[in-house]
Amino acid sequence: MGLPIKMTDLSGKVYRGIREIKGSLVVLDPIPGVKFDEIIRIRAPDGVDRLGRVIEVSREFVVAQVFGEEAGLQHDAIIKFTGSTFEIPVSDEALGRVFNGRFEPIDGLPPVSSRDYRDINGSPINPSARIYPNDFIQTGISAIDGLLSLVRGQKLPIFSESGLPHNRVAAQIARQATILGKEEQFAIVFAAMGLKHDEAAFFINQFRESGAIDRSVVILNLADDPAIERLLTPRIALTIAEYLAFDLDYHVLAILTDMTNYCEALREISAAREEVPGRGGYPGYMYSDLATIYERAGIVKGRKGSLTQMPILTMPGGDKRHPIPDLTGYITEGQIILSKELHSRGIYPPINVLPSLSRLMRSGIGPGKTRDDHKELSDQLYDAYSRGVKARDLARIVGETGLSDRERLFLKFADLFEKRFVNQGEYENRSIEETLDIGWEVLSILPPEELTRVRESTLEKYYYKAKPPVEV
Amino acid sequence: MRVGEIVRVSGTVVFGAGIPDIEVGEVVEVGEEKLVGEIIRVFEDSFAAQVYEPTSGLKIGDPIFGTGKKLVAELGPGLLSNIFDGIGRPLEELLRLSGPFISRGIKAYTLPRDKKWEFRPVLKAGVEVGPGDILGTVQETPYLEHKILVPPTKSGVLKEIYEGEFKVDEPIALLETPDGREEKLYMYHDWPVKVARPVARDGRLPPSTPLVTGQRVIDVLFPVAKGGAACIPGGFGTGKTVTLHQLAKWSDTDVVVYVGCGERGNEMSEVLTEFPELKDPRSGRPLMERTVLIANTSNMPVSAREASVYIGITIAEYYRDMGYDVSLMADSTSRWAEAIREISGRLGEMPVERGFPAYLPDKIAEFYERAGRVKVLGRPERIGSVTVVGAVSPPGGDFNEPVTTHTLRFTGVFWALDADLAYSRHFPSINWLKSYSLYADSIIGDYVRIAMERNPRLKEVWPNVEAEYPAYRVEAMNILTNASEVESIAKIIGEKALPDDQRLLLLTNELIKEGLLRQNAFDPVDSYSEPDKSIMILKAIIDFHRMAERLIRDNVPLDRIAELPVVSRLKRVKLDERRFDAVVELIGQMKEELSKVAGEYRVTVTFE
Repeated sequence: MGLPIKMTDLSGKVYRGIREIKGSLVVLDPIPGVKFDEIIRIRAPDGVDRLGRVIEVSREFVVAQVFGEEAGLQHDAIIKFTGSTFEIPVSDEALGRVFNGRFEPIDGLPPVSSRDYRDINGSPINPSARIYPNDFIQTGISAIDGLLSLVRGQKLPIFSESGLPHNRVAAQIARQATILGKEEQFAIVFAAMGLKHDEAAFFINQFRESGAIDRSVVILNLADDPAIERLLTPRIALTIAEYLAFDLDYHVLAILTDMTNYCEALREISAAREEVPGRGGYPGYMYSDLATIYERAGIVKGRKGSLTQMPILTMPGGDKRHPIPDLTGYITEGQIILSKELHSRGIYPPINVLPSLSRLMRSGIGPGKTRDDHKELSDQLYDAYSRGVKARDLARIVGETGLSDRERLFLKFADLFEKRFVNQGEYENRSIEETLDIGWEVLSILPPEELTRVRESTLEKYYYKAKPPVEV
Repeated sequence: MRVGEIVRVSGTVVFGAGIPDIEVGEVVEVGEEKLVGEIIRVFEDSFAAQVYEPTSGLKIGDPIFGTGKKLVAELGPGLLSNIFDGIGRPLEELLRLSGPFISRGIKAYTLPRDKKWEFRPVLKAGVEVGPGDILGTVQETPYLEHKILVPPTKSGVLKEIYEGEFKVDEPIALLETPDGREEKLYMYHDWPVKVARPVARDGRLPPSTPLVTGQRVIDVLFPVAKGGAACIPGGFGTGKTVTLHQLAKWSDTDVVVYVGCGERGNEMSEVLTEFPELKDPRSGRPLMERTVLIANTSNMPVSAREASVYIGITIAEYYRDMGYDVSLMADSTSRWAEAIREISGRLGEMPVERGFPAYLPDKIAEFYERAGRVKVLGRPERIGSVTVVGAVSPPGGDFNEPVTTHTLRFTGVFWALDADLAYSRHFPSINWLKSYSLYADSIIGDYVRIAMERNPRLKEVWPNVEAEYPAYRVEAMNILTNASEVESIAKIIGEKALPDDQRLLLLTNELIKEGLLRQNAFDPVDSYSEPDKSIMILKAIIDFHRMAERLIRDNVPLDRIAELPVVSRLKRVKLDERRFDAVVELIGQMKEELSKVAGEYRVTVTFE
């Protein structure tokens, strides 16, 4: 196997013998000079080479975590210590290529060659070196652009559930995302963890159709690939993404899907190490571990590129309080939540804007960036829609006739908002002006005294001039 | 030099052997790169250290150097308007040394060694000095005069004292100690971060004055005292960080220490970008000049989380000792607790609640007990305070978890952030039914006094403000509580079916929520609400309620009242640039409109 790892043969000093095999963990004899976190290669009698990583060293034993298939491992194996942490060669040659979860090419082409090797764990960005993100990215999706604006250097995940069109939404964003008024080189880094074959094929086709494939790096760990490799996949992807962004000035959008599978692999390792389990059996350090992935998004001083992350995760049982979405939400800068209810009513994209949020929105919108009314309009839409949803809940109990006139009006607004503002075509690319105008259009069914989150001057400028809503 | 060797590496915990006299709390340097760590356990023939940097590449037999020192904070001029990592290294300096990504094993002093400060002595040679006495001053930033203190552990006779420009490591005075030794004094001294700095004998004072934050829901309903401690728990997206930023920006304290513990890097960058631009409303100086930032972001080493919190509180105490009011914001203490849990797990300790070790409550108590309003050590006599606001990030937004419940035991204010409010973009999303302030009764009188002092017109337009304000506040709380009950009934039978007096409760509830409690942190006018304006808005809404109640009793339909222009103006008056004056004017208009309605329905009533 042509591994793009520094060491490609088993020459030099090797050791023989595994003391114990516990799932994906192997216990070895203490060998002088073994370093914590270093990468090892294990060659079992079946002739297959496996990679491993040292996760504990002591005078009595060494514990390593093995990537790849553990079936076939036995006591009698040859172990080579590489002396270095997991490093990959970085180069723009990776663009347009497809790799597996260990960064081995699976597109029939030779491995990436470069003299520049980077540790896949990266190093934390110095908070003083960060530039606060403030470039608005237009995705062409009204619910996002209008109410959950994405900015360059942000990490904004999609929280979804099985059966919802998160892949289509992510592909639409990847296809349509542009920075207003700027032509700059951008790239997509796509990391799949435990994705089904057809899902992976969908993304690759999408990239191909839109012509983005030449600017994409695709790293695939599919559902039937070793689960343990999922711990490497996002780190490899982000190492390339950082290189493209901070060495080669690309504006990189990294799509990481599905983070739920990543977390499950993390739990598996933790259980194998017999660690004290935290909530849901996930390890107590899952927060810090996820942070070492998500925090790699950003913009840094003195570098022209940017790294924007869009992780996708499916919430087990649709529960936002499940540890995976919960810890993710504490780290990322907002979340886009898809809803089964909207989906079943035929709304695409089924974004439930109420629990969704973009923390960096404020810095990316407003006069000179989007439009002067953006902030107030979005506040007002939120307010009116949340009243409408409340009225809808109430109507379920007392019936629509039991509602006051005011409540009925807000209920009507909520319906219109979903059908006209949120709902749009999968290939419909709305400009930010269109999005904002549609916002005023749907608000126009409410009387001005209900619009308390908007200044009078803004009402004058936009509300009184809005078109009546299009019948939907 | 005491040197031992590594016997085991497990993540950030490194076990060593070979230094028999090593002690818990001692700082060690691990491996050839001399990574900084701290001893957390000592066993029969070995010891465990938590290492504050990534431990990749360490191997058995690598050296461990004992430094004989505890983890200390360097305290002296140069802290303000700076940002440090969890173990006190200046991040700007690290940026210069290693570029935008932090690499391992870099050493840097907390305080700049090349900068000169103008030292102005206030004491003369020959006098006797004790711990905490003020030796002289340094203008640290245009905003703040830094007092140079005799370190809390030293006393004696001042043999010499110098004047002029010095670097922090150049002596500024010579002390003859009681046992006859000569000791040099510098503009800075070290202090072990885990030890609370001493205060004057019987120096702890009760809270008496509010921390004016400019946030109405806090100042009016749930105020925190200077020297008090507050807990602000909330699930993600409920606005913890924005609320803490608001407190850091607008609180009327002299110094703000902001600890970003296990949180987002971009949030620190936001503070760094925004604070130099924002002006302190009282001094007109950039907010950054009164701010110290400690950043241990979520991707920086977990083991430094705990250190970051302790360094923050030690710096806060140091400025308190100069006689200043200091507030410390820690975002988020849950990450610190989780770091304790992780280290405890690696040591193989018995977990109790949700994996946390049994000593978690002790650690939390120790930390919050360092808040307080005190008579500080030394002469001249002075009073300083440290107010602590700790954010908590409960898993799943469920407050019934160890960090939240233990924190509540040791803090006097609870600001419960609410996801439902946040979803409807009601910020600050402090839930008025769940939150409380144990300080309120003893400090709201002082809040009115401060308001009158800043704006004498308040007393003119509301002569009885001092006597009446507490009742207005209680009435607002009552309306909120009663309305929530009415709301739950309305949810079953519909609002239409309610009698008018109950519908009025809902209307006033809405006015309090929109007009008083909801406050946009990013609105140029309303981001900071002056005490006089806050008090007046409360008066306007409660007066409206009382008058409307009177009319309804005389059978004026609520719908007639609800459609008055004043109702929507009450919700919006907070945004008016004329602030206090706009509210006063609105109260006049309100009386007019309501009197007119009274006339229509032939109700004889006079509104004073």
